[in-house]
Amino acid sequence: MSATTETNYSSAADAMPIGTPRHHIVIFAGLLVLLLIAPFMLYPVFIMKILCFALFASALNLLLGFGGLLSFGHAAFFGSASYVTAHAAKVWGLTPEVAILLGTVAAAFLGLVIGALAIRRQGIYFAMVTLAFAQMIFFFALQAPFTGGEDGIQAVPRGNLFGFIPLANDMTLYFVVLAIVFGGLLAIYRIIHSPFGQVLKAIRDNEPRSISLGYKVNRYKLAVFVMSATLAGLAGSTKALVFQLASLTDVYWTMSGEVVLMTLLGGMGTIFGPFVGAAVIVTMQNYFASFGAWVTILQGTIFVISVLLFREGIIGVISRWIKKPL
Amino acid sequence: MFELLGIPPQALFGQLLLGLINGSFYALLSLGLAVIFGLLNIINFSHGAQYMMGAFVAWMGLTWLGIPYWGALLIVPLVVGATGVAIERLMISRLYHLDHLYGLLLTFGLALIIQGLFRNQFGVSGLPYSIPPQLSGGTNLGFMFLPNYRGWVVIASLIVCFGTWFAIERTRLGAYLRAATENPTLVGAFGINVPRMITLTYGFGVALAAFAGVLAAPIYSVNPNMGADLIIVVFAVVVIGGMGSILGAILTGFGLGIVEGLTKVFYPEASSVAIFVIMAIVLLVKPAGLFGRTA
Repeated sequence: MSATTETNYSSAADAMPIGTPRHHIVIFAGLLVLLLIAPFMLYPVFIMKILCFALFASALNLLLGFGGLLSFGHAAFFGSASYVTAHAAKVWGLTPEVAILLGTVAAAFLGLVIGALAIRRQGIYFAMVTLAFAQMIFFFALQAPFTGGEDGIQAVPRGNLFGFIPLANDMTLYFVVLAIVFGGLLAIYRIIHSPFGQVLKAIRDNEPRSISLGYKVNRYKLAVFVMSATLAGLAGSTKALVFQLASLTDVYWTMSGEVVLMTLLGGMGTIFGPFVGAAVIVTMQNYFASFGAWVTILQGTIFVISVLLFREGIIGVISRWIKKPL
Repeated sequence: MFELLGIPPQALFGQLLLGLINGSFYALLSLGLAVIFGLLNIINFSHGAQYMMGAFVAWMGLTWLGIPYWGALLIVPLVVGATGVAIERLMISRLYHLDHLYGLLLTFGLALIIQGLFRNQFGVSGLPYSIPPQLSGGTNLGFMFLPNYRGWVVIASLIVCFGTWFAIERTRLGAYLRAATENPTLVGAFGINVPRMITLTYGFGVALAAFAGVLAAPIYSVNPNMGADLIIVVFAVVVIGGMGSILGAILTGFGLGIVEGLTKVFYPEASSVAIFVIMAIVLLVKPAGLFGRTA
């Protein structure tokens, strides 16, 4: 049941043979080894930031690259999960795993509501609808009493994992975050390569044909939207614990734009692209942080260049060179 | 003093006027988006940034060159529209053979660049732009006090909106435009230069945004972020109205401005989300939008 229809997105991942290709296992294993060593070489909080955004961008890529749906409002899920986790950990004093779970569930529920409305329109309208709903969540976060308005929720306690493993140490937290993010990435990989993922690609490439083949297209779209929102929420919840902060930045439209940029730069519809895109953009933000508005200008320039000259993204280009789907 | 549903008429009419003014900007901006979308099939994400540019170019004209408000009202749309023409020729025209989403992504990037540049140059605090002397002061209408400039904004917006509607729906040039929207290949075969028409249409849409920016300069402080949040509300307006009809865009813009103003009177906490809630309801009841055609 592999979808071999013509593709507008020219994603190499479509030509995937049955079973897990060996080079994917090698890359995942290599990535894991690299990430296990990394905190001993670099500042752990910096790598944790990359990890959270890598999961966020991969969640968006599941929707955009494989479902063909451009959500310009994913900050809504990332940000509200971040708020719920921060509130649960700080005000209710829950353990980190429960706080993260609550945040993720909140994002899933929000994804169900927004997704059910947004899939009623296609293409450009879909992007505008998601953006508008995300802005509504932003206004809500601005006014709601528990979000702390402009200040956000600060000094969120990291607490003790399962009640007995203290996470205050950056190194301990790092390995927990690594487990969460790597688990999330593997889950996305599994979804993409399941029969469900194949139907998604078929819908992306030719929606009318999928309908005529008897697939309930809207159910598939809603399902992938909720999955993507859930994983974006997982990323947001984890981020709240890492930085001990949930703020309006997390729900603002610039955040939605950033994660689209990460996905585009790394390579839409590739497996490892969003990770690379997140690493590049987060590193760039880190080094240019003191230059104020230049970060925005640089991001805009990368957007323009990516769209005009570089639509396959970094991993997309490499994938074409080595003639293997990445 | 009589009261209406427990609301003093001063407050009611005051908010209605504010709603009407917001509606004027929604209408002008969503009209520009609709005109561009009709022919180019892209959503111009940099529309808000171009509106902000309009306000800034008016400010620069007044401060650096001494161009008064009335001159700015004519010159600024031409200047900003010209930058739009350049953007269309250099960048957007390379994307027509691709998925329309790339146009959205490109113009989003452009919006970031434009906003970043202005923020670098002028900061975020906002610059004052004074109301032209002919329109300062106000008129007492008996039931409320109307600041003259605000009245002018509504009238100017109405004139430009219906002028645009007339040009597109009732003139020969507009007929070419509508024909090219339906079938560009066929119109090109009749010897009409469709690519040039597309370029000028984008320039015109951008000029409309800049015109709205000049109108807004004396009301809101001129600052680099003035268009960013506004444009998202305008997207919601466009989803509610549907981009199929010019008149629809105008009516939805003014209508939603008024609804938003009324929400401020009766339930102020909800006023910032009122338009988004309406969007949700419209998506449930009539997904194609109030004036939209199903795609």
